Amino acid sequence: MNAGIVDSVRTGKGAQRHPIATEADVVHARQAVRTLAVTAKLSLIDQTKMVTAASELARNTLVYGGGGSMTIEVVENGPRRGVRAVFTDAGPGIADVDIAMTDGWTSGSGLGLGLSGSRRLVDDFVIESTLGVGTTVCVVKWSR
Amino acid sequence: MMEHIPILKIGNLLLVSIQVDLHDKLALTLQDDLSEQIVATGARGVLIDISTLEIVDSFIGRMLSTIASLSRILDAETVVVGMRPAVAVTLVELGLSMPSVRTALTVEQGLALLGAEVKVAWENGVAGENGEETGLDDGSAPGRDVVGGAGGPKTTRSSSSRAVGPCPGDADVLPSGGAPAAGREVPG
Repeated sequence: MNAGIVDSVRTGKGAQRHPIATEADVVHARQAVRTLAVTAKLSLIDQTKMVTAASELARNTLVYGGGGSMTIEVVENGPRRGVRAVFTDAGPGIADVDIAMTDGWTSGSGLGLGLSGSRRLVDDFVIESTLGVGTTVCVVKWSR
Repeated sequence: MMEHIPILKIGNLLLVSIQVDLHDKLALTLQDDLSEQIVATGARGVLIDISTLEIVDSFIGRMLSTIASLSRILDAETVVVGMRPAVAVTLVELGLSMPSVRTALTVEQGLALLGAEVKVAWENGVAGENGEETGLDDGSAPGRDVVGGAGGPKTTRSSSSRAVGPCPGDADVLPSGGAPAAGREVPG
C-alpha cells in the first residue's frame, strides 16, 4: 500500500470496520459512509459523490473480491477534514490495474465504471492489488 | 420471502416510487416485475419516481437504462422523475450516461411526457371557487372539469380521486385497478 496517502493524514476519529459479505452489507456501507461524511461536514454534493464511490467499491469488493471489509474514518490534514474509506479483500486480485481503471472495461458483467468512476468522484485514490492475494482500494474525500 | 417494490397501475401507465434502500437483488427484481407487468397490463408508459434515492450508482443507473430499453421493446415509454441535483451531478462525473432514459422533474411533468390519460388539474393549491376541494360530485356538468375552461366554476381534482374510477364525462380515463396514485404531488 502506498504509505504516503494512508499515513500522511492524522486520524480524527476512531476507525469503523464494516464487513462486506452480502448485498445488505453494501447498503449498510453506503449509510455508514453517509453518516461519517455528514460528520466531516462535506457538502451535500461531496457527500453524494463519496457515498456513490463507496457503493461502487463495496460492490467490487463483494462481487469481484469475494467479500472483504470496508474501514472508514474521519481524517484531518491541517485545517481540512475528510472521510477516508479503505476497501480490502482477499480475492483473486487484478492482473492489470491500468486496464481495470479504464472506463468501460469489465472482467464481469458490469458497466466498467466502478473503479474509474470512483476515482473521478473522490480526491485521493490509491489501489494496490496482487494476483492470488487480494486487492485494497483507499479513497479520501476532503471537505472544501 | 422475496421483497418486491410495489407497482401501481393508473390507466395505461405503471407507476413505481422507490421508497427503500435499493440493494442489487431488489433492483433486479424490480426490473423483472416491471417487464412482466408491462406485458400483463399492456401498459404504454412507465413512470419511476427516484426522489428518495440519495445516490444512483452504476448498478442502479444500469437498472434504469435496462428498464427503459425493456419497455421500449415492449412498446412502452419510461420516464424517470425526481432525480436529486446531487445525484445528477454525480452521475455526470461518474461517466454514466443513460441514453434511453427520459427524465422529468416532477410526477406531473413525467405524466405529461408520457401523454397520460390521467388529468391532473389544480391552481396553486386552491381547490374550487369555494376554496374547498371539489370532487367528482360537485354538481358541475360532466366534462367541464378542465383547468382554464371558459366560464363555469373551475374544478380541482386530486390525482388520488382520479384513480378511483372513471368520471362522468371522462370516457377516455381508464379505471385503475390499483390503489390511488402516489400522493407526493397532490396539492394540499
